[in-house]
Amino acid sequence: MPPALELRGISKRFGQVEALAGVDFTLNEGEIHALLGENGAGKSTLMKVAFGLVQPDAGSVAIGGTAIRVGDPTAARRLGVGMVHQHFTSIPAFTVAENVALTAGWRLRPRQVLERVRRLAEGTGLLIDPTLLVADLSAGLKQRLEVLKALAADARVLLLDEPTSVLSPPDAEALLRGVQEFRARGVATVLITHKLREAVAIADRVTVLRRGRVVHTGPVRDETAERLAGYMLGEPMTGEPPRRAPAGPSTGEVRVRAEGLAVERLGGSGTGLRSASLSVRSGEVVGVAAVEGNGQRELLRAIAGLRRPASGRLEVARPSGFIPEDRSTEALIGEFTLTENLVLSQGHLAPWIRGPWVDWGRAERRTMELIESFAVRTSGPGAPAASLSGGNQQRMVIAATLERRPSVLVAENPTRGLDFRAAGEVMDRLRAAATDGVAVVVHLSDLDELLAVADRVVVLADGVLVDLPPDASREDIGRRMLGATAG
Amino acid sequence: MDLDLLTSFLASAVRVATPLLLAALGETVTERGGVINLGVEGAMLGGALAAALGASGIGLWSGTVAATLAGLVVAAVFAVITVRAGADQIITGTAMTLGVVGLTGTIYRRVYGPEGVGLSLPTFPVQAVPGLSRIPVLGPALFQQSILTYLAYLAVPLVWWLLFRTRWGLQLRAAGESARDSRAAGVNVGRVRTVGVLVGGALAGLAGASLVLAQVGTFAEKMTAGRGFIAIAIVVLGAWNPVRVMGAALFFGAAMALQFLFQSFAVGVPYQLFLMLPYLLTLAVLAGAWGRTAAPADLGRREM
Amino acid sequence: MSRAGISRLWLPVLAVGAGLLTLMLGLAAGGYDPLLALAALWRGALGSPDAILSALLPRAIPLIIIGLGIGLAFRAGALNIGAEGQFYAGAIAATWIGLSLSAWPRPLAVPVVLAVALAAGLLWASVPVFLRLRFGVLEVISTLLLNFVAEALVSWMVQGPLQESKHIYPQSDPLPLAARLPQLPGTRLHLGLVVALGLAGLLWVFGTRTLLGFQLRATGANPLAAQVMGGVNTRRVFGLALAVSGALAGLAGGCEVSGTSFALFQSLSPGYGFTAIAVALLARLNPLATIGTGLLFAALEAGSSAMQREAQVPAVVVSVVEAVIIVAVLLADSAQRRRLLAEAGA
Repeated sequence: MPPALELRGISKRFGQVEALAGVDFTLNEGEIHALLGENGAGKSTLMKVAFGLVQPDAGSVAIGGTAIRVGDPTAARRLGVGMVHQHFTSIPAFTVAENVALTAGWRLRPRQVLERVRRLAEGTGLLIDPTLLVADLSAGLKQRLEVLKALAADARVLLLDEPTSVLSPPDAEALLRGVQEFRARGVATVLITHKLREAVAIADRVTVLRRGRVVHTGPVRDETAERLAGYMLGEPMTGEPPRRAPAGPSTGEVRVRAEGLAVERLGGSGTGLRSASLSVRSGEVVGVAAVEGNGQRELLRAIAGLRRPASGRLEVARPSGFIPEDRSTEALIGEFTLTENLVLSQGHLAPWIRGPWVDWGRAERRTMELIESFAVRTSGPGAPAASLSGGNQQRMVIAATLERRPSVLVAENPTRGLDFRAAGEVMDRLRAAATDGVAVVVHLSDLDELLAVADRVVVLADGVLVDLPPDASREDIGRRMLGATAG
Repeated sequence: MDLDLLTSFLASAVRVATPLLLAALGETVTERGGVINLGVEGAMLGGALAAALGASGIGLWSGTVAATLAGLVVAAVFAVITVRAGADQIITGTAMTLGVVGLTGTIYRRVYGPEGVGLSLPTFPVQAVPGLSRIPVLGPALFQQSILTYLAYLAVPLVWWLLFRTRWGLQLRAAGESARDSRAAGVNVGRVRTVGVLVGGALAGLAGASLVLAQVGTFAEKMTAGRGFIAIAIVVLGAWNPVRVMGAALFFGAAMALQFLFQSFAVGVPYQLFLMLPYLLTLAVLAGAWGRTAAPADLGRREM
Repeated sequence: MSRAGISRLWLPVLAVGAGLLTLMLGLAAGGYDPLLALAALWRGALGSPDAILSALLPRAIPLIIIGLGIGLAFRAGALNIGAEGQFYAGAIAATWIGLSLSAWPRPLAVPVVLAVALAAGLLWASVPVFLRLRFGVLEVISTLLLNFVAEALVSWMVQGPLQESKHIYPQSDPLPLAARLPQLPGTRLHLGLVVALGLAGLLWVFGTRTLLGFQLRATGANPLAAQVMGGVNTRRVFGLALAVSGALAGLAGGCEVSGTSFALFQSLSPGYGFTAIAVALLARLNPLATIGTGLLFAALEAGSSAMQREAQVPAVVVSVVEAVIIVAVLLADSAQRRRLLAEAGA
């Protein structure tokens, strides 16, 4: 039997960077195949080549033994390949049914479409009301819809690109159980993940990419998370951050105090912050655990002074620093130089400001110093921020935020999109800031990372903040994130 | 006001609304795909000149076809610059209109002499729809019009069907909501947007024809006088929905027709105040309507 | 010098070349003599000291001043397409105040005329600012629609309240000497040129050396980042930039009435408000470069009049040249941005 998906000699270059260098990849019928690698190793690019979204410079793609024209986004679909992307790709203003019809290329007969989506949902066990508007769906349901769309055209091959990164632990488990059920029905799956635990738990085989090359491929049953991490990095290392030992109660002065705080919701979806009482002391890191859209953005931005409370009390020591989640749209201006980005972030209080004037020479010298001390890899202070890699951009953002000598540091998912080496460095910086006496409030979508960095964890579910005892178990936190009480 | 006067007012409102409706329907299709085309004014003006040239040279229908083609050409240039090359839509649209003003002015003077002339063109005759035109008051207003008005009526359900009942319409609307997500769903975003812009241009050209060949009967430089821009406002007011766009177009037709009514009644009031009325009304209505209706989420965003 | 630096230098030349080439081809296709037209264009713009002093430079003054304002607004992300209307608002106000200042000393009257014109432009542009900030109406649409309102207003003024005393012609009485900008004797060049050059220098310093100027640029480049990281009140900066650009267009209207036409009439502006968009874009929104591009487009405008006189080519044809230049700049910009993205996306 020919393999479900076979990639041969795939190469792809983006500008100066070789993203894929002659990669061979085989997905056998009916298997779950984990695809691992650091950020930028080429995992997503490889799967986009398979799906026809990226045109490779060289190589061939065959699906179920049939060679397809590379770079044709309809060919793979026609042969029963479905893909779930790293981010949600459903149109928020459309209904579930319209989204499925769009992806599957169905004709637009409203009643028939509804009926087909209903049947599909029942057949795959991915139950979802087809008449709902996507904007109103929870993150878990949105991801369910993504999988449903991928399966809509009788998919035999499923490509999942970090499907659990946006989900709470219980939702993630449910999704992975679903993937195992599809295997029982003969669907072959590629699972891209950075959670080695997931790969070891459900995959049959594993392929590891490093810098665009395959460095390991083989069955999973002989592997441990530690060894897989070693392949990924090219050096031995522990795969997942250990949980931080519970610290004794902090004794620093209180820098953030919120009582019955409520904040109107930001953007189109989510609950907003309905009620939060919280105090954060100098020298401690408080982790906010929450599923997307449960009020954490509102809480963090209120503490950072960017949102006004709707009700309740909020006292925050100034100055405060804020690291927004989206580096490219909020933290940096891509076409501005590093010096300009630093000047922007420091406002009126910087030493290079005299009255209305900016002393650019002085600002540039300081930028140079920060580049040095934060080990930012760049051609210099005059480089546009967009020319830096994600990890180096985040170094620059953290440098700029700490440059304000904040009493309180608020960080909104600062490890997003970073590989675990870069993520580890960010977490170290947060810890170091706390050691220097800063009160740190951080939200990380990855619960394991959050447990590794935080002295204590609070949970936001449905806009309500719940304080947890320091020894609360990972499972307990996960359940509370879904709004369930401790069981 | 007696009924005859009301009827004739409503009839002129519908006549004035026809080019607005055609252009706004076209812009609805364009904007549903996520593209805002300020060049619709230019496409309309180009259509108007083409209609004049075609009608005075050969005949009414060739003028109409020429106008549609002219609108199509203007829109095609716009599509290449914005959808294909990714340039800013607003400025490109403004530049297209500016260029068409120069081009039509030059061609007009080249053909009709350096000073231009009071051109008198044949117009489409008024044709009553049997039966319907007998309805009191509204009958003559709605159904004693030229064939181009009836075409505009027909275009309303057609555009609705296109947008909401065809696979292409679903893809176009998806592209208007999110280019990135549509691409992930296998939509050829560049292609559907280009076609959306072309449909808009063709209808804007047709609007130019109806202005010249069914309403005014002549051509003058810059004769569209912002009607294309008003059509864009009508699309907002009509919430990007063809049926509501028709209502908004009729409303504006009435506002413009009011000029004629008031000019004959309100002696002593400067007529220029009535000239301002449609524009001021547009602003007032936009202030009320904006934000209450959801625009396509990707509207005007640069394609990367 | 980097590749981008070279292309920045060559872009204006290439864009203007594309515009002129289009013109020549179009004229040839239309049965005109392109060389005769080009020669007339040259003579009308640069052929003699008189052409330069009385045709080119007086036209450059409004183009530079309006172009500076549009550049400022575009930098902040405010798409002001209503400079034509703001120009007329300034011209109306300047005429109205100028006519009543005949008894004033000139050094006092002229600044008052210009200040009132400035204020009128500011006020006219405040309407779109208000509509945008309060109701979210896109300034593109509102500024554009207000152009038509302003034109109707001028038409009313010159046939109504401001019509000349004999009530025959649709224009205002001539401004008293006290309200007129001084001219270089024997030419039509007036002191507005100094105003334009001074403003260009001022705005250049503002944009490159002050924090507010930098924050304005950040607001245009990425309002979200300016707000979140820079703590910039982007709404205020946006509104300020749009209002000031209106004020400058109003000032240009005042200079035109006080320095060139000495009266208000209907087609006072041959489309300066739109041409200035091309002026600003070709200058890449840089105030000093705006002087150069303002002169260039003034040369086109001045030359087009001569072209119409001598080669019977309609003067409106320069709009096509302007459109081609704008599009050429946009295309070069988006090509450059794509290259940048392709490199960054790696």
